[in-house]
Amino acid sequence: MAHAAAHAEHHKSYLEGGGVWSWLTTLDHKRIGIMYLFTTIAALFVGGVLAMMIRIELFSPGHTIMGPDTYNKVFTLHGAIMIFMFLIPVIPAALGNFFLPIMLGAKDVAFPRLNLASYYIFVGGAVLALFSLIHGGIDTGWTFYTPYSIRTAGSVILVTLAVFIMGFSSILTGLNFIVTIHKLRAPGLTVHRLPLFVWAVYATSIIQVLATPVIAITMLLLTMERVLQIGIFDPKLGGDPVLFQHFFWFYSHPAVYIMIVPGMGVISEVLTVFSRKKISGYQAIAYSSLGIAFVGFLSWGHHMFISGQSPLANLTFSFLTMLVAIPTAIKVFNWTATLYKGSIWLTTPMLYALAFIFLFTIGGLTGLFLASLSVDVHLTDTYFVVAHFHYVMVGGNMMAFLAGLHYWWPKMFGKMYSEFWGRISWALIFLGFNVTFMIQFYLGQVGMPRRYYDYLPQFTTGNIISSIGSWMIGLGFIIMTVYLTYSLLKGEKAPDNPWASKSLEWETATPPTLHNFEKTPVVTHDPYEYGVVEVGGGVKLGVKS
Amino acid sequence: MTGLLFQMGLPQVSTIAPSVDRLYSFLFVISLISFVGTIGALIYFIVRYRRSINHPDKTPYIEGHPMLETAVMVGFFIITMIFFYWGWVDYKKIRKSPPNALEVNVMGRQWAWEFEYTNGRKMLNEVVVPKGQNVKFIMGSSDVLHSFFIPEFRVKQDVVPGTYEYLWFNATQTGEFQVYCAEYCGTSHSGMLAKLKVVEPEQYRKWQKMWEWEKQLGLSPTSEATAAEKGTAPSPTGLSSAATAPAGTKPAETTAMASPVERGQKLFKEKGCNACHTVTGEKLVGPSLKGIFGHEIELEGGQKVLVDENYIRETIVDPNRKIVKGYQPLMPTFKGTLSDDEINSLVAYIKSLGT
Repeated sequence: MAHAAAHAEHHKSYLEGGGVWSWLTTLDHKRIGIMYLFTTIAALFVGGVLAMMIRIELFSPGHTIMGPDTYNKVFTLHGAIMIFMFLIPVIPAALGNFFLPIMLGAKDVAFPRLNLASYYIFVGGAVLALFSLIHGGIDTGWTFYTPYSIRTAGSVILVTLAVFIMGFSSILTGLNFIVTIHKLRAPGLTVHRLPLFVWAVYATSIIQVLATPVIAITMLLLTMERVLQIGIFDPKLGGDPVLFQHFFWFYSHPAVYIMIVPGMGVISEVLTVFSRKKISGYQAIAYSSLGIAFVGFLSWGHHMFISGQSPLANLTFSFLTMLVAIPTAIKVFNWTATLYKGSIWLTTPMLYALAFIFLFTIGGLTGLFLASLSVDVHLTDTYFVVAHFHYVMVGGNMMAFLAGLHYWWPKMFGKMYSEFWGRISWALIFLGFNVTFMIQFYLGQVGMPRRYYDYLPQFTTGNIISSIGSWMIGLGFIIMTVYLTYSLLKGEKAPDNPWASKSLEWETATPPTLHNFEKTPVVTHDPYEYGVVEVGGGVKLGVKS
Repeated sequence: MTGLLFQMGLPQVSTIAPSVDRLYSFLFVISLISFVGTIGALIYFIVRYRRSINHPDKTPYIEGHPMLETAVMVGFFIITMIFFYWGWVDYKKIRKSPPNALEVNVMGRQWAWEFEYTNGRKMLNEVVVPKGQNVKFIMGSSDVLHSFFIPEFRVKQDVVPGTYEYLWFNATQTGEFQVYCAEYCGTSHSGMLAKLKVVEPEQYRKWQKMWEWEKQLGLSPTSEATAAEKGTAPSPTGLSSAATAPAGTKPAETTAMASPVERGQKLFKEKGCNACHTVTGEKLVGPSLKGIFGHEIELEGGQKVLVDENYIRETIVDPNRKIVKGYQPLMPTFKGTLSDDEINSLVAYIKSLGT
């Protein structure tokens, strides 16, 4: 009897069993991933509301719904929340936490308790950031440039400390993942059989561990400058305000790769499954993640071309920035090549993955404009930059997240969602995104600076168009919230492998049990063996083209 | 030709603008080709290779396209290196101010732009320059970071408190052009606008001459020293002419007591600089300042530095960091005792001692 009961216990999905307390004290990487998912999505909502407020204010010149000081706080918080509380953590900590161990054939991460600690550290930092909202917020921009951030009233210290704390969540998760990938791989899982999502998370974890301490120290120094007047950044005390920019961007440039590289990992997974075809250039894509991580550390000064830094520095950073285009282009080439002679299945996750390629290509190409020194002099600090980074971060990372969310949704929750509403929502978000941000390239190029509460009349039409686009995006997300919530509550039960994916995580139960696998799997091939016919005796026949 | 095709949506009003626009057009054309190529292939593939109901899993086993991939990457690398090199060459032109330019001091502050000509004429949120002449702005900030941006000229430069930054241009058209602040600086960042007016050189000359005559004739306040030199007495009651309301001045302008050079000359004596530095070439405790501006000097330790505005400013506030070879570290610091305006004046005076 006891044996049967234990056996039944063993087959429960990770979602069942225990109340709130068992969730809050869980050591299960899947539950931690889900908690991260809901926390980051909550942050996305707050950041999204702030975005809508910005676009309403900018619908017409002059005062529309708020004054300049409020506007400055709104755009600051929009950036800080979206970057630190959504874009950086979401794919690694939510989807990564859930799927990394399973993709390795493991029961959990290397350090489950540390994993839970990472989550609570993240929540602690987030609570502090939201507390600062009540305290009046900050108006420095998410970049906290000195001397303005030293002088301005507002809860600068609260927010810098929040960033400091959240940084540790990032460092510890990165550490955990690196050890997990090195040490907990199932037998037969050689590095060249790893899913590309794992390669991506691995490269990201290295960046997280090496770069995040720099922003931590920078935030501490800024706090010390405000409180103790140590004179490191404040020119009135003999400090150098541009030094802050170097410290800040030394982390924040690699940070954009923390954001995008996991997203690229998701795209590699989704494109393969829905093309029913082996990914093109597996090794090129795998190693390009490491290449991007490495070069990403060398190019921070491209945020500072007109800061007054030397022409030699500018020359060096411009050159190094160009280099990162190559590993990036390798990925885009291979993703597109994967579709060649595939069997393309246009499900919601696939639509998001294709939207990624479309939008990220635009974002990446416009980065080349900004990396070219003479053109950057004109374009920097204008809406051209705003458009560029939204194309790569939202058009890139957000689309990748939505692709991963919709791809893995059945596995995580055991439910299906409405494919019809998924596509409607996708169309609104994809089209709405282009309406919002394409015009901003033009606005920037004809001279509209960024972080502008008010603007001259000639920029009105462009701003109206942009704001209308934001309403399309908003509607798309509202529809998504409705159909995904419906799926959780009343959705059709998902089959074990609705997409017929050959990746290891789909061999678990749907949703997975506590220990993921009944027995440790033995891996004999990579997860991309589509278009291959087994003829027995382990022999594979492929139709080589 | 390509410059006309995809020119930036703004007039080209400076000598560098057409070149910047040509690179922009090249970037645009290459980006368009890359985008159409990639997305064109993508759309073609998803249509042509649509999943078939009968054979949903029938696909060839292709590990990659190494030859095509390598060719595309090599081509792409070459193109990015062209972008880099072209951008660098034009950037050097933008960054390096030509010699003998018409200099104007610019001070950014929350939330306005102040301009001061070498003759002492000050303007607020408006500056007038001649067409077809090299103009160099020597810029600072009195509080936080700002950025001086003239879109139609394709130039922009951050202004940093505590240093001087330079921006130069040569305007090719007359007219009125918009200046923006492009570095977030607080409440009225978007309200920190100025107008740059380009006029014919003859018009500019007259415009300055008129003001200078008015100043000399006592129609505007002027320094006692200048009035005495010209033989024009201040008002008969002996009251300082500073009390005289300036006649005929435009609303955008304020008038100065004296030009920056004159103010600097006065400060040089008042603050005791002349105790250690001569302006005649004679060496005292400190080096003579005659003719040093624009030259390279050798420091203790063998390093060479250029004597520019930043070096002079730095030496005044932090004297013992870059000591001239053969001298002792004896200069006291004037950090905190001299205002930004006073430092600007001293710099202007030292520049006027010849190069």
